[in-house]
Amino acid sequence: MASALVIAAHGSHLNPDSSTPTFDHADRIREVGAFSEVREAFWKEEPSFREVLRTLDAEEVYVVPLFISEGYFTEQVIPRELRLDGWTPEAWASDGVSATAATFRPRDVEKQVHYCGPVGTHDAMSDVMAHRADTVLDARAGSQVGLAVVGHGTERNENSAKAVQYHAARLREQGRFTEVKALFMDEPPEVDELTSHFDSEDIVVVPLFIADGYHTQEDIPEDIGLTSDYRTGYDVPAMVDGHRVWYTGAVGTDSLVADVILERARDAGASIPANRLDDAHSSPQPV
Amino acid sequence: MASSDVDRLRAHAAEHGIDTDTLSLTVVDDRYRLVVDGTVYEDLTEGEVRDTLATHPAAVREWAFWHRRAPQADARWAFLRWIEDADAHSSPSDRRAALTEGEQQRWGQLLVRVRLNDAQRRAYELRHVDDADRSAEQLDAYDDPRTARALAKYDNDGRYRPLATAPTLQTGWVFAGLEADALVQAVDFFYPATIANWHRERTGTLDVTHWAETTERQTGIYAVTEELDGAAVDWVAEACCVDSQCLKRRQWDETADRTLDVARGDGTFPCREPCSLVIAAARKWALLEREDQQTYTVQLTPSEKEQLETMLDAVADGTTDEVREADVGNAANRYRARYLRAKRAGDELFESPEDDE
Repeated sequence: MASALVIAAHGSHLNPDSSTPTFDHADRIREVGAFSEVREAFWKEEPSFREVLRTLDAEEVYVVPLFISEGYFTEQVIPRELRLDGWTPEAWASDGVSATAATFRPRDVEKQVHYCGPVGTHDAMSDVMAHRADTVLDARAGSQVGLAVVGHGTERNENSAKAVQYHAARLREQGRFTEVKALFMDEPPEVDELTSHFDSEDIVVVPLFIADGYHTQEDIPEDIGLTSDYRTGYDVPAMVDGHRVWYTGAVGTDSLVADVILERARDAGASIPANRLDDAHSSPQPV
Repeated sequence: MASSDVDRLRAHAAEHGIDTDTLSLTVVDDRYRLVVDGTVYEDLTEGEVRDTLATHPAAVREWAFWHRRAPQADARWAFLRWIEDADAHSSPSDRRAALTEGEQQRWGQLLVRVRLNDAQRRAYELRHVDDADRSAEQLDAYDDPRTARALAKYDNDGRYRPLATAPTLQTGWVFAGLEADALVQAVDFFYPATIANWHRERTGTLDVTHWAETTERQTGIYAVTEELDGAAVDWVAEACCVDSQCLKRRQWDETADRTLDVARGDGTFPCREPCSLVIAAARKWALLEREDQQTYTVQLTPSEKEQLETMLDAVADGTTDEVREADVGNAANRYRARYLRAKRAGDELFESPEDDE
């Protein structure tokens, strides 16, 4: 039976580039051909979460939030706006990073919606982060490379930090990097003391953010000492306190995120062919 | 005529039966009953059906388009019918004659055209209404509907358009030779969900959500929007939702029982609920409306008072860019504004009540 995929993202009233990664991932998935329809939907742009389902023909819809963590948007805003009757965060039975999917019938359309956990907490996101690091590292990096996974921090939502710590722990376990640290913009351990957290001469910094914007293009490059003024630009790598610092920009813009979205839908029961992420597991290659 | 269409039609009739406004074909015990172009044929053999259909090529082609090639989805199908005013033409041959000339409709700032191409198939074209008279060579040509997302992002001055249905769609592009499914996809990328809601409205099933219900639903930083009611809701709609700001036709009110005293607009497609842009603006207004009014004393010449009003209009109507640099006769001219600021804003322009104490 034909099924549709909706990528639910934040979008912006002010920043035209906010939705670009969403469009890019959607287009990659369209090319895979696993769904009869693929549609982007936004909180701040159109189609809205409120009206996206009625634009689809398929009666079976997989909704994957393009968000970093479980929290306000994934637990309150998106289910409410999609009119998922009966939704409570307990439907995911998640510990904060383990949501998979739950199925509902929205009030305004004759469809079945499989509401999936966010992209950012899927296990495969750890692999995307490693891949992201590999895309900036080159032969100048020594054998000892430390990885900093950078998140925004708690604010109102402790799960935001949990997602960062979760991927840091997984990457630490995988042993690909000499050291792995979870660092934050607004809580300790803080990213602005980057080099004090590492012994490795090389440090690769991967922000766990969905899109590049104010935080990843302005704040973090200044916080970690790549530059004193983001407007003047910076080199990658740049020498900071005797460390070579390699900065990747938002992990959410990596092309492999499209595969994580597919994994989310597959975990929820969608029939999806083997994808490029499986290849990336065996032999990470810069793209 | 493509004989394959005849074969498909016959096969479809054998399996499902066909009963459309274009033709009807049913089979019982290998004998066919055919109604086409107002004529009833009974008791036909398979060969006779084929021969008879061959004498009604327009009907066969119309069936093949509407029931095989066009998207078999109610809203999109109805939209494609509406574009060519299909129900106005009494017969398939009339309809195809009209399509040879070409048909067109406006959809917001989009101009949708359809005509039969050399292969006698429908070819759709999409462009900005302001480009109606320009030749295709004068426009940038695209064929992937997804490009519409990028075109919809910026206006002619390169500014970001956060509202898809703002009347600021950029000009200078054309999608030519689109198939029906690509056409509706492109339209939905320019104006998301407008076809679906338009169709709901035409079928009496548009689910309007009024202001009070929408704001009551908001949480987090937008929960405050619930505080705006009464006249303030009219002011919100007048600020954001009239035709000069958005091409959707506002169908929501404060509640089902309290309609707003603001024009709904003449748009083809409806607005069924305050959008995210309106809610974000309403949050700001709700916070501002928490302030109490005060009485200020201000010393202005009559012309200066008039100038303040003119400047307010220029900003609200988005016409400040149109005031020429040296047009000091215009009260919204930059030099005029700077003179006023230099003269009056050196101290507090408005004297607050506390200043008297």
